[in-house]
Amino acid sequence: MPTWDIPMQFHDPDLTALQMEQGPLVRWMRRWHIDLPLLFCLLLLSGAAFVILYSASGQSLVVVGRQCMRLVLALGIMVTFAQISPRRFREFSPALYGVGVALLAAVLLMGMISKGAQRWLDLGILRFQPSELMKIATPMMVAWFLSHGALPPNFRRVLIALVVIMIPAALIARQPDLGTAVLVAASGGAVIFLAGIPWHYLLVMTGLGGALLPVLWYFMHDYQRNRILTMLNPEADPLGKGYHIIQSKIAIGSGGIYGKGWTHGTQAQLEFLPEKSTDFIFAVFAEEFGLIGCLILLLIYLLVLGRCFYIVLEAQDIYSRLLSGALTATFFVYVFVNIGMVIGILPVVGVPLPLVSYGGTSMVTLLAGFGILMSIHTHRRRMPV
Amino acid sequence: MEDFDRYGSSVNASQDFIQRITLIVVIIIFLSLLLVARLVYLQVAGFDHYETLSQENRVKIAPLPPVRGIIYDRHGEVLADNVPTYSLEITPERVVDLEDTLSRLQSLLGLSDDDIARFRNQRSRHKSFESVPVKLQLSEDEIAAFSVRMPFFPGVEIRARMIRVYPYGDLLGHVVGYVGRISESDMATLDPDAYSGTYHIGKSGLEKNYEALLHGVAGYEEMETNVQGRAVQVLGTTPPLAGSDLYLSLDVRLQRIAMDALGDWQGALVAMEPSSGRILALASKPAFDPNPFVYGISHKAYDALQNAPGRPLYNRAVRGLYPPGSTVKPFVSLAGLEVLGLGSEHTVFCPGYYQLPGSEHKYRDWRKGGHGTVNLGAALTQSCDVYYYDMAQRLGIDRLQSYMKRFGFGERTGVDMDGENRGLFPNQAWKMKQRKQAWYPGETLIAGIGQGYVQATPLQLARAVATLANRGRLVTPYLVDRAEGGDPALPHPAHDVSALPQIAIRPEHYRAVVDAMINVVHSQQGTAKGIAQGLEYRIAGKTGTAQVFTVGQNQDYKSMHIDEAMRDHAWFVAFAPADNPSIAVSVLIEHGGHGGSVAAPMARKVMDAYLGYTHAVP
Repeated sequence: MPTWDIPMQFHDPDLTALQMEQGPLVRWMRRWHIDLPLLFCLLLLSGAAFVILYSASGQSLVVVGRQCMRLVLALGIMVTFAQISPRRFREFSPALYGVGVALLAAVLLMGMISKGAQRWLDLGILRFQPSELMKIATPMMVAWFLSHGALPPNFRRVLIALVVIMIPAALIARQPDLGTAVLVAASGGAVIFLAGIPWHYLLVMTGLGGALLPVLWYFMHDYQRNRILTMLNPEADPLGKGYHIIQSKIAIGSGGIYGKGWTHGTQAQLEFLPEKSTDFIFAVFAEEFGLIGCLILLLIYLLVLGRCFYIVLEAQDIYSRLLSGALTATFFVYVFVNIGMVIGILPVVGVPLPLVSYGGTSMVTLLAGFGILMSIHTHRRRMPV
Repeated sequence: MEDFDRYGSSVNASQDFIQRITLIVVIIIFLSLLLVARLVYLQVAGFDHYETLSQENRVKIAPLPPVRGIIYDRHGEVLADNVPTYSLEITPERVVDLEDTLSRLQSLLGLSDDDIARFRNQRSRHKSFESVPVKLQLSEDEIAAFSVRMPFFPGVEIRARMIRVYPYGDLLGHVVGYVGRISESDMATLDPDAYSGTYHIGKSGLEKNYEALLHGVAGYEEMETNVQGRAVQVLGTTPPLAGSDLYLSLDVRLQRIAMDALGDWQGALVAMEPSSGRILALASKPAFDPNPFVYGISHKAYDALQNAPGRPLYNRAVRGLYPPGSTVKPFVSLAGLEVLGLGSEHTVFCPGYYQLPGSEHKYRDWRKGGHGTVNLGAALTQSCDVYYYDMAQRLGIDRLQSYMKRFGFGERTGVDMDGENRGLFPNQAWKMKQRKQAWYPGETLIAGIGQGYVQATPLQLARAVATLANRGRLVTPYLVDRAEGGDPALPHPAHDVSALPQIAIRPEHYRAVVDAMINVVHSQQGTAKGIAQGLEYRIAGKTGTAQVFTVGQNQDYKSMHIDEAMRDHAWFVAFAPADNPSIAVSVLIEHGGHGGSVAAPMARKVMDAYLGYTHAVP
């Protein structure tokens, strides 16, 4: 039975390649709006994560088990999000954004009352970080706004979009959580970029941003400035601020091409490496699996990104395209910022390695984002050619 | 503008979107390559560098202290030993409340403030997981008292360590010396690797002099350690090499006899084997017990020892400087015989004083009426001063000094002990250099009877008399016969008698001097005739009286009622048996008065014991 006999409305690469030949599992996945290749890539990544987390946690099955529970929960949220149609996401964008900003303001207010950094709301049974919500809500809102007007957006609309981005970014930066603020701003900025903002605007904005850097430097906290200075010259204070980055570089460098072997990384196992199961888990990976392991891990990330970009290009409406494109780009920014920090080419900001670092908050947010991508991909109307 | 929100969207806009996605993909690939390039830089180009750093991070060297060498006497009696001692130690990181723990321990075990201060000092030099001693040498009662309450003292435990013990206590305090805790000033000169696991170091005596040999070679363990420095596993071990055991020439039984002979006097006694310079006994009184120094003597106790009357910490045998008095006369006699060629039958008339030509000043003889006409034998036996004034006058100070120097006067003996004094035998150049004064002829005379500027230690005199007994072979005295084991890279003591310098003495001159010295003990005129009674062997000796107080020209010394501090020091030097000497002795008794009556009997006791006679001295 030649495949080209299938009526066009059923033409779908997934269907033709997988569903027709592989039968019930794929059909079942399709019914539950799950994108099988993306799920496969994510599970591959999670598998690598468990392997390295077991080593980084000092061979603790408890830690791995807990992370496993989080993954199951996050996958549940992903599947849930995948059931919601992109139209619903678009409709709820302003509301979600509004709630998020309000919560951010509440967190900040509470922080001011308790006179300390505060990033989460205690909801009794769980601690909720509104900044995590904004990682998704901000690009949604910008995509919603820009998709409701002519594209490419004119100057006024770009300015409004920038304000939409800057409100949550500024609130998060005030927490202070510079890393997340940058990521939230990046996710919004990606939407503006994809919406077709003229190139000369981009140039002007880049120039302005460059000019504003000294001003930003002036408004930064001392510890934030120190992080940047430390990145530029970690050896200046080897036991203090430079310690993280020096130990991280030793771990990575001493891993060599083949690595020291799983659970045999001395830097990690003997605790020279700080925050080895969270922000610096990539250094453990690099120490134990070497350059080859790192390349494989990067390849898995690129596989995830490749599938995501395919979904982006297949998206059928402006909102979906902008949102999925922004979420995909942001995912890479996460990876780059974390690895760049760990290998000493970016300042130390508290950004975990997506889906690998120990911890549940970012995992839930990330998989929610992938849920949206799956929703976008699986809710397409069949296109006649 | 087209409405993008419909499918069938503008081809242009769609192309623009695809362009931008492509740009993002290009950027992602570029940044990924940047990451890869950095990883290659770190993991391939930088591998050796970071591999080294990672090794340095994880491998730490833990010292294994060597066992200190044992010190034995010539018969294998243990003079310095290592015994396990139980000490109370605290591991600071396991203690909940250190101050509270210390104060409770203080009331339970009666820790002194010194103990606490020492603990704090030591603690600052150790990591918080290393245990630091609070109190060394717990008694049985203290061990019991603490053991039952141990659960209430987390982080505090009783540990066994090796500690130095000196079984003979004050008998050998001056000889063996003691070890003490390594002080800050010690640290400055020590190799920290060799001593990193060691708590004690030789502070005086042989313990100090032979520190390098006794200490041994520290071993070490290569430990894999985590970031806090806590050991995770042992990678390799190099065992320590125990220090050399020292075998002394000293005989602890003879030492006891020497110490007992000195009794309550302040003084020193040195007994030596003439042929070799091996020291058989080296006694100095008052003595001290070295044991308290090992545990860390308190400041108060140390000050008390330092300032005690008689200064017990002061080793008179090697450091004490006294005018040798008449004990120099055998050597001055030899100078006259050998240098002037006067012959033993040369005579001098002694009217009880001596006057330099053209001078009214009378240099007295100790016997007011004089000795009459005396030859060398009579002069030495009776210790006639006038004969030696004349001899010194004929020799002149420079010739006298250069001859006396050959017997070791004014020179360090080279004994293997710390802090030896060199003494003094003056000459013209010395006086010009030190006093910026010309030499007076009268000073030659009193140098000839071992007074004035002349100073010597009891050890120097023992060596000089041993050299005489030896027929002129100048021995280097030593205490350590041999060292066994220990670091083979270090020089072990070796004694080559054939390399010793030989002073040429003609046999008839030797005979004349030694016969006179025999008469000192064995003739009726002898100044030490009191010890001859019951002697079954012959002693050749010479008494001496070191003047502490200068008697004025017209004063009568004998009639003066001077208190003990003004009384003369008593000397006796001797060797025996006179024909075939196997022991040489020098005795100095501070303020002992006359050498023949106080010092000589002590020398005899030692000689009796050494030669195997046990007759009591009357």
